[in-house]
Amino acid sequence: MVGNSPCASCKLLRRRCAKDCVFAPYFPPDDPHKFAIVHKVFGASNVSKMLQELPVHQRADAVSSLVYEANARTRDPVYGCVGAISYLQNQVSQLQMQLAVAQTEILCIQMQQEPAVPLPMPIMEPNDKSLFLSSNNFNSLPQYLGFASSSSSNVIPDPLKRESLWT
Amino acid sequence: MTRCAACKYLRRRCASDCIFSPYFPPNNPQRFACVHRIYGASNIGKMLQQLPVHRRAEAADCLYYEAQCRMKDPVYGCVGLITLLHQEIHDAQSQLAKAQAEIAFLNASSAQEEPPQQQQQQQHPAIEPAKQGGDPQYYVQQIEATGDGPSALYGPSTATWFC
Repeated sequence: MVGNSPCASCKLLRRRCAKDCVFAPYFPPDDPHKFAIVHKVFGASNVSKMLQELPVHQRADAVSSLVYEANARTRDPVYGCVGAISYLQNQVSQLQMQLAVAQTEILCIQMQQEPAVPLPMPIMEPNDKSLFLSSNNFNSLPQYLGFASSSSSNVIPDPLKRESLWT
Repeated sequence: MTRCAACKYLRRRCASDCIFSPYFPPNNPQRFACVHRIYGASNIGKMLQQLPVHRRAEAADCLYYEAQCRMKDPVYGCVGLITLLHQEIHDAQSQLAKAQAEIAFLNASSAQEEPPQQQQQQQHPAIEPAKQGGDPQYYVQQIEATGDGPSALYGPSTATWFC
């Protein structure tokens, strides 16, 4: 409870806001929408369990990520965050292709300028993060995700702006 | 009639029009257990019911994916993956800008060394300009526009998460 005012969670749930309310530090009463959207997607009970399972110093970040996911799910009820992930992975692939082309072009130019010096073929080592993304431990992204239009057309712009991840 | 994984988990009768049964078959109980733990059966049912039937399978798969991400990373869930991708894009753009700048430099050096009548033959169509433009300066501007690293999004307390 912030002062004498119940937190946004307890206001929405219409209950007394205890001094040790797990929601109070992260859902202030002046932002009721924040808890409302998280409650709509995850449910207050599940959010409470998730927060209680985390150390206190990690709960703020957890709430922020839950709010982000809930917003993404509300904007795009079919794909949620997965739509953004798929789009970003495609961007990464395109950039890596462009980079490979550019690096090959550099080698070609260098070979033309110094034809007497044999240059080794470029060894394109896979990026470690690409390996993580392509061979993660859980199932890969649903194959039909091809950035096709979903039920909402607003999924793409916001998740791509890093500044908007934590609102 | 075999109950779906959801109704088995919830210990209830599986109706012929059960909202869960097409997407949570009985041979994969872990799938429903995972989404139920994160979202709850009621929320899953509501989300699916609000969608047209032909979109529900995709939605169920995406919910399962996000639930798995959340169970694997209880703090950031799939948002952690989004941040990693942003960083990877930033890094790739930076490397691409450097490569494009080097190409421009090499081409300029090559043009200065050769006679003027041969300069027209030095076009290299191998490089396709990026969709947004082939000017190396563009890429540098893109990098500057993307701002700081992921720690700027999460705050200083989480800056070490990406190490």
